[in-house]
Amino acid sequence: MTPPALHWRPATELAAGLDAGDLTSVELTEAIIRRCDDVEPHIAAFLQRTDERALTGAAAADARRARGEALTPWDGIPVAYKDIFVTRDVPTTAGSRILERWVPPYDATVVERCSAAGMPLFGKTNLDQFAMGSSTEHSGFHPSRNPWDPARVPGGSSGGSAALVAAGAVPWAWGTDTGGSVRQPAALCGIVGAKPTYGLVSRYGMVAFASSLDQAGPLTRSVEDAAALLSTAAGHDPRDSTSIRDGAPNLLEGLGEGIAGKRIGVVEEFGGEGSQPGVRARVDDAYGRLERLGAVLEEVSLPSFEHAIPAYYLIAPAEASSNLARYDGVRYGPRRVATDIVAMNSKTRADGFGAEVKRRIMIGTYALSAGYYDAYYGKAQKVRTLIVEDLKRAFQRVDLIVCPTSPTTAFKLGERTADPLSMYLSDVYTVPVNLAGVPAMSVPCGTSPDDGLPVGLQIIAPVLDERSMFQAAYAFEQDLGWAESDEGRPNL
Amino acid sequence: MGIDRAAVDHVARLARLALDDDERDRMRAELDDILGHAGRIQALDLDGVEPTLHPLPLVNASRPDEITPSLSQSDALRSAPEAEDGRFRVPRIIEDA
Amino acid sequence: MSVAPPHTLETTIGLEIHVELATASKMFCGCKVAFGGEPNTRTCPVCLGLPGSLPVVNERAIEYTTRIGVAFNCSIAKRSLFARKNYFYPDMPKNYQITQYELPLATQGHLTLDGESGAVSVGVTRVHLEEDTGGSLHVGGSGRIADSEYSLEDYNRAGTPLVEIVTEPDLHTAEQARLFVAELRAIVEALGVSDVRMEEGSLRVDANISVRRAGEVEHGAKVEVKNMNSIRSVGRALEHEEERQRKALEAGETLVQETRHFDEKTGTTSSLRTKEYAFDYRYFPEPDLVPFEAADEWVEALRASQPELPAERRVRWKQTYGLPPGDVAVLASSKATAAWFEAAALAYGGDAKKIVNWIIADLFGLLNEAGIDLTECKIAPAQLAGLVGLVDDGAISGKQAKEVLGHMFKTGDDAAEVVQDKGLEQESDTAVLDAVVEEVIAENPEAADKVRAGQLNTIGFLVGRVMRKTGGSANPKLVTELLRTKLAG
Ligand SMILES: [Mg+2]
Ligand SMILES: [Zn+2]
Repeated sequence: MTPPALHWRPATELAAGLDAGDLTSVELTEAIIRRCDDVEPHIAAFLQRTDERALTGAAAADARRARGEALTPWDGIPVAYKDIFVTRDVPTTAGSRILERWVPPYDATVVERCSAAGMPLFGKTNLDQFAMGSSTEHSGFHPSRNPWDPARVPGGSSGGSAALVAAGAVPWAWGTDTGGSVRQPAALCGIVGAKPTYGLVSRYGMVAFASSLDQAGPLTRSVEDAAALLSTAAGHDPRDSTSIRDGAPNLLEGLGEGIAGKRIGVVEEFGGEGSQPGVRARVDDAYGRLERLGAVLEEVSLPSFEHAIPAYYLIAPAEASSNLARYDGVRYGPRRVATDIVAMNSKTRADGFGAEVKRRIMIGTYALSAGYYDAYYGKAQKVRTLIVEDLKRAFQRVDLIVCPTSPTTAFKLGERTADPLSMYLSDVYTVPVNLAGVPAMSVPCGTSPDDGLPVGLQIIAPVLDERSMFQAAYAFEQDLGWAESDEGRPNL
Repeated sequence: MGIDRAAVDHVARLARLALDDDERDRMRAELDDILGHAGRIQALDLDGVEPTLHPLPLVNASRPDEITPSLSQSDALRSAPEAEDGRFRVPRIIEDA
Repeated sequence: MSVAPPHTLETTIGLEIHVELATASKMFCGCKVAFGGEPNTRTCPVCLGLPGSLPVVNERAIEYTTRIGVAFNCSIAKRSLFARKNYFYPDMPKNYQITQYELPLATQGHLTLDGESGAVSVGVTRVHLEEDTGGSLHVGGSGRIADSEYSLEDYNRAGTPLVEIVTEPDLHTAEQARLFVAELRAIVEALGVSDVRMEEGSLRVDANISVRRAGEVEHGAKVEVKNMNSIRSVGRALEHEEERQRKALEAGETLVQETRHFDEKTGTTSSLRTKEYAFDYRYFPEPDLVPFEAADEWVEALRASQPELPAERRVRWKQTYGLPPGDVAVLASSKATAAWFEAAALAYGGDAKKIVNWIIADLFGLLNEAGIDLTECKIAPAQLAGLVGLVDDGAISGKQAKEVLGHMFKTGDDAAEVVQDKGLEQESDTAVLDAVVEEVIAENPEAADKVRAGQLNTIGFLVGRVMRKTGGSANPKLVTELLRTKLAG
């Protein structure tokens, strides 16, 4: 059997190649550039490429490695960022025209930490504007496409990052997850995506959507890669008041410990008709596999989860309406000419924001406005408490909870844009996780028998128990062996 | 509860969004739909339930009172749509209509 | 409709005061806090509200605000929260202000004022912490916002820690309001937490004032008065506004709720905004910050380490120095004056009242003339004590001392040096004076006889002659004694 082409290999394998001297970072970067040139016309996943910068970084990494001074095992492995991470001197748009041509004077903490680990920045990837969406169709520039079927969406909002990793174009990439925006595109593209505990990764320099829900997360081809990338950026950041003060775990340690004897909960309320039959079939297979690996499955009830979508679609827009007030044409971004400040602000915002962003700003403004606060935002924050308590109760009985990541496989472009509510409802499995702040990840569990598209299994863990989550995902991935097989790669 | 055009106009004004007539109509219908769905939680009896402001119970995150370097004036103004004499220029300031 | 006679009207005033804290760095970032300077040179991603930036609370700002709360006898919240106040304004980079809403740091305090008509207790509703805005420069027209062509924004001030102090509507005269602000200023200054310079905007006062017919339950139409840029202006503006409202009510007019602008030059207020815009700030807890929980021990430690506040100082001065309230009020008006007086009194060691007289009657006159502040005065407190000592010792006369003070004020020299340089030392050598006295007696036999006959008031005439002969350098006390001895019947 010939080893898979360079671009299908997980980053941790590439790192071993660099370490053994089989490969240089410049060779790797050049291969990535060629691959991106090939696939980008089909998936439109980038908002900006930074090839030259990546090559310069790669050369520097090779020089360090030659001197025996590699910064980390990942020194010289390029990484792409969802264009919601602020990058010094590299334009950052959050996927919106309202930030067109903004050149930030600083780096996000995630970028700073990955750069300090030696990873060259390889481009800024497409997203739904301000991370608002589940399909990357709400990008202010162009939609991205799913490498498994370019007629379909890659999911969102981190669709560009997911599509690139799935297409074997970049080794790994960063996304952000406010209501499922890492996990859902990972599932729809057949790769790994993790959302850590709220506060594990600094939000400093991540353009805010909903502050109390946003978290950065890795999109990778293997569980081990996700553990490595997440561990690189995690840990307390004094610039983010909501960042957890404990030291960050090295999730690569003990990754292969297995799940024998682990108690895993299957959500009673998520059974039945909620999902596409092919998704149900694959996820049911996955449950069986977990049992064969030694886990003990039992049903858990999470009754408050049915209120998660309404609560989420009040809290997230409310916070967003305030976070996005700063885009007013005064300090950065394009401006519409008008004779007074109110008209200038209003026209600039109306033209700069996309329809989905405007919709959410309107919902959020309404939910916070006088007379409605208690009924909407206040009530939603209480629902959040119910969800936290339901999960706490469940985690007294089980170590982890599993369910589908998305009720469907990748849908066709344009299929859901006309009906925003139906798009919102498809976040049913991912949103409760953000409301509770617990970690969760999506790991591929094969393709759906009804359409041949990838299906993701979501694994949810208690607060700060990323280790158990990654161990389970790793055991499952290794046993399934899907990602390493030809079957686990899109035909692109 | 139904969302009427007046509510849409009021919210658009608060949010500084100059929506055209079509957008207003569409927005009215969509807001009605979405808030109608979200409004389901209004029926829940949640008296005595504390709101969750943060997923984790962190408190007292602060920094020492120390000066760190600021941006240069040119960096601060680098992306300004319009600047004059080291300041950001804006059109005439008026009160909300 | 009946017209109310003047004596049945009553005035209600509540104050909302903003104090900029004198921390080294801003409220949520490390940019330096300072006044003025080149525009937009003290900004960073956080205070410019750049995408992705996040605020982190300055712990000294929390401490300072808590100290203010303690000084106003507030209860300090065990748990306080920041909130966002949402409204668009170009001087506010994020288009929301991080402030406190539901759970401020301090609530339910009070302050007792010793007014002209006895003590008044003023409730302090809340003391909370927020961030300041930047500054707008209005270009074109008169330079006021209303008729300007465009504006220019400078964010150097944006994010400066700002404490808001809100009183209950417990004040009933303009003088009480003025007194409250003066006392607040002195307290904040004594705490050392702000520059309290009203002219630079580090202390800003807004007032709500309404007049109603006595016995009415509802308050009258609330008028908000803005732009009072000195403590004196607070008194003037509110006096004018009270009068305006009284006259209107007496004339049977109905007052409207509005915001009025005080004009320093004319001493009058004019309407800024009659139609009260229905602000909808959409407050909600700031999700980028976590709650602050004040441990009891921490609050107690702050309480124990509070510096002496003006009220305590007044009591102590009354007890230690026996000073009358009028003098105390003048000397305690600012931290610098109080410290100066105390240092002088300590260096002097004698009756502090003498030092007080020299400060209030003489030194303040010189400062006024020169248009400078006590802090800029060249005379050190111990030097004033030295001067008064020379008078006590009879080395110079009181009149000479005033001249000496004038020189000291210009040069900063010690009193003794000035006396020596100017040859002002009093002649106290009895042998020298004896000869002069003999001469004067000989030259003025009639006057000498009168004194011998018991007309002691004539002695002054003879003293005057001696002084003239010595060019004013004789010690008049000694001369009087000599004349008395020599002319004793
Ligand atoms: Mg305020
Ligand atoms: Zn700053």
